[in-house]
Amino acid sequence: MKRPEPVQVIKQRRDAALHALVDHVPYIKYLGLTFDRRGDELTGVLPFDEKLIGNPMLPALHGGVTAAFLEVTAIITLSWSYLWEDIESGALEFDARADVALPRLPKTVDFSVDYLRSGLPRDAYARARINRAGRRYASVHVEGWQDNRDKLFAQATGHFVMPQRR
Amino acid sequence: MSDMLRIARQFIEALPHSRDLGMTVEDIAPGVAVISMPFDDRLVGDPDTGVISGGAVSALMDTCCGAAVIAHPDNGGATATLDLRIDYMRGATPGQAITTRAECYHVTRSVAFVRATAWDDDRDNPVASATGAFTVEARP
Repeated sequence: MKRPEPVQVIKQRRDAALHALVDHVPYIKYLGLTFDRRGDELTGVLPFDEKLIGNPMLPALHGGVTAAFLEVTAIITLSWSYLWEDIESGALEFDARADVALPRLPKTVDFSVDYLRSGLPRDAYARARINRAGRRYASVHVEGWQDNRDKLFAQATGHFVMPQRR
Repeated sequence: MSDMLRIARQFIEALPHSRDLGMTVEDIAPGVAVISMPFDDRLVGDPDTGVISGGAVSALMDTCCGAAVIAHPDNGGATATLDLRIDYMRGATPGQAITTRAECYHVTRSVAFVRATAWDDDRDNPVASATGAFTVEARP
């Protein structure tokens, strides 16, 4: 039987791939959005920032920020799942020294956000579930929460066109 | 009209996120708002093409729809988004501002129904469209 790879090697490879996917998108940096990884599961983390406020009276997160946060989480989760096999097999190597052609991101066709309660001025989290990923199209559901995982402040469903392999 | 424009402008300028994205109220009328957002490298969502992220377009759409609800004479105060659906028809051309026109086409005692369209320099070929439902407050 083949010996399993050392855990550091696996973690290093997965984290490098995730960074390669996320770090080159200016809008993700603008929002301050990061991704927490546990195995293949991703959680989008949006640290609170004053510039994300919509209504300053309440105050509440801007509805557009909520939509953007859920949409970016859906896109990255979709891309991540699409690349997972190649990351694991080593077919795609994300090395800081190597000049890797980064994979194209899926394109949003439509995105529908359900605002359940106002987004509070504190950190927010989101996790996406891929309901269907075909060769050309995908349907993804995303849930967003803040203090309490069971009390969603927003959820969304979106359809995406998958990138063609290059 | 000019008074309403001034109030709506103040409303948009008081929203930290909209201000951060440089949104400008171009026009306002009862139940209608037109808002533009300049191109900004920070908002690029696809580094391969330089196309603005759908998320930034969502923020513009949401702001514009909310402004149309606030500008509607049957709404008594502020508003909040209940639901917003955006269809992305094409990527916005890099370097061009995006303009949105939102129209609040029906208002009940509790809900405002809104639709919006966004375009860049090519006005005949929209970038995105949106439909949404927003909360309505009783008139004071």
